[in-house]
Amino acid sequence: MDKLVIAGRSYASRLLVGTGKYQDFAQTRAAIDASGAEIVTVAIRRTNIGQDPNQPSLLDALPPSQFTYLPNTAGCYTADDAIRTLRLARELLDGHDLVKLEVLGDPQSLYPNVVETLKAAEVLVKDGFKVMVYTSDDPIIAKQLEDIGCVAVMPLASLIGSGMGILNPWNLQIIIDRLNVPVIVDAGVGTASDAAIAMELGCDAVLMNTAIAGAKDPILMASAMKKAVEAGREAYLAGRMPKKVYQASPSSPTAGIIGT
Amino acid sequence: MITLHINGQPRQFTGVMNLVELLASLELVGKRIAVEKNGEIVPKSQHPTTPISDGDQLEIVVAVGGG
Repeated sequence: MDKLVIAGRSYASRLLVGTGKYQDFAQTRAAIDASGAEIVTVAIRRTNIGQDPNQPSLLDALPPSQFTYLPNTAGCYTADDAIRTLRLARELLDGHDLVKLEVLGDPQSLYPNVVETLKAAEVLVKDGFKVMVYTSDDPIIAKQLEDIGCVAVMPLASLIGSGMGILNPWNLQIIIDRLNVPVIVDAGVGTASDAAIAMELGCDAVLMNTAIAGAKDPILMASAMKKAVEAGREAYLAGRMPKKVYQASPSSPTAGIIGT
Repeated sequence: MITLHINGQPRQFTGVMNLVELLASLELVGKRIAVEKNGEIVPKSQHPTTPISDGDQLEIVVAVGGG
């Protein structure tokens, strides 16, 4: 079987999904079920003191026994804040050590700050975390993150939440060719073809949130993304035919054409 | 009466001596939370024995939807 292996654990689905921006937990759950994802990202935030403590929580909608949680550091702009957030996440999730590190550069672009990301990754890996790291599509930084000991490197396709698709397939290709750990396109996927292209390039998986949650029908889009990731993976494994510029090749026999 | 800074907001409490008593007064006992006191994470097992005193800074976090 063709499985995604991250930090020694294997997964049947190559689609990882976020849990933000949905109308409610019922829609979150329905979309994630339709996506077939096994790994789901979550954010860590201050609890609202004073609100009804019995209102439903994300952990009720998506029991950690059924999904692999990937707590993130969304909203962190320094290595220190990201490290602090993930230590709280590990305490919150009973010692769970698989995490998504992202250190952002500014709130307008949400572009990764790779200097702070490298610093945080060093500390977290030494502290025993299994770090899946969001980064730019810079192949040198991606390799450095692998060398530090990150268990997966997750370059952007385009800006978080932009839906702009894969802007630099050549950089992604270099990263895929040079790294040994799984390469997961994270951020920027807008529609199913973007996910398929990422997988055809040879990415090990795709992580998305807004492309599903921001669709008119999130549950139908989740299903589309599941199929796109599977189709892209199969096409990659099958090995596409070579492109032939200005050189057509008929699919039907050239002999026995009537009238010749 | 003591004043605690919880998630950045000052709040007054009476009769709260340790972390479990504080969480009980906030109706958070048994909830999936993580607590930091004065910048240090307090493991769940240490909640009953962690003293709370005037001026303590606490962060109480939960998991929410995110990408």
